[in-house]
Amino acid sequence: MSISISKSPFRRGVFDALPFLIIVAPFAFLFGVVAVEAGLNMAQIIGMSVAVFAGASQFTALQLMQDAAPMVVVITTALAVNLRMVMYSAAITPHLGQASTLQRVFLAYFLVDQTYALSVSRFEQTPEWTLAQRVAYFFGAITPLYPTWMISTVLGAMLGTQIPDWLALDFAVPICFLALVGPMLRTPAHIAAALTSGFAALAFAFVPNGMGLLIAAVLAMSVGAQIELWQERRGQAQ
Amino acid sequence: MSDTQIWIIIAALGVGTFLIRFSFLGLVGSKPMPPIVVRHLRYAAVAVLPGLVAPLVVWPNATDGTFDPARTLAALVTLAVGYGTRNVLWSMGAGAVTLYGVMAFQTLI
Repeated sequence: MSISISKSPFRRGVFDALPFLIIVAPFAFLFGVVAVEAGLNMAQIIGMSVAVFAGASQFTALQLMQDAAPMVVVITTALAVNLRMVMYSAAITPHLGQASTLQRVFLAYFLVDQTYALSVSRFEQTPEWTLAQRVAYFFGAITPLYPTWMISTVLGAMLGTQIPDWLALDFAVPICFLALVGPMLRTPAHIAAALTSGFAALAFAFVPNGMGLLIAAVLAMSVGAQIELWQERRGQAQ
Repeated sequence: MSDTQIWIIIAALGVGTFLIRFSFLGLVGSKPMPPIVVRHLRYAAVAVLPGLVAPLVVWPNATDGTFDPARTLAALVTLAVGYGTRNVLWSMGAGAVTLYGVMAFQTLI
């Protein structure tokens, strides 16, 4: 056998996840900063990061809380951001669905954009892996990500007030979100959904209590789904 | 917003998010979803995030809601670079450079 750099699945997971830290660390730091501005205390900030562990929806909740939206609207909209994870859960079940119940509870808790993307692509490349190896890889991938998310959140909450105004940190959240959205625009349907969401949110900005965003989101989802359907039918007709 | 309300939101988001993640892994198993559901779920994230950002770009809090060329330009550059490169880091970097560049230019003139 050649002297290959053979890594255990766990270590391979750790290794594959490392590049994501460059994004996760500043994103979590920013969450801490914005959360303090939104009026959350340290216990609530840590509590939210531990309980939810989903950056985009945590930011969404903060934004709506600052807009003084009613609780139901805050919760509904922030959960809508996480609905994509139903697909992650479905996509990962053929690979990890046979794990023990306790393991599946933790796999679910740690199912984020990064662990999903890494695992599915790795498992497709290594069909010979056993269930135990797949589980080990998944937990390896989350091992650097989770502590980084928590520590950066706390650092952001502690240091956020010292950041000078000229850094225009108010605009870091829009830039982060747009940087996430850009790569998601894979098809005309995605682009149409995103445009609908943006313009409808502006058009319905007069609707109180953050309901405008919910209306925009429902419209945008329908537009995306409808365009996908049209394209499918056109493809079949040809 | 009161402390109690904040904690309720945190708890509800925690439970809701867990159930979303646990849905197939823990409850449904390897059963196919109805196509109409998949078709809508695919667009959930792109349906919420741009709508959340659009008012922050067009009516920024920092300028008391008046249109700001630096922020609008930075937003457009971020989106364009993200779309073109499929790379979150390049996209964020380009947005930040544009924002600070235009703001510096504005203070000079």
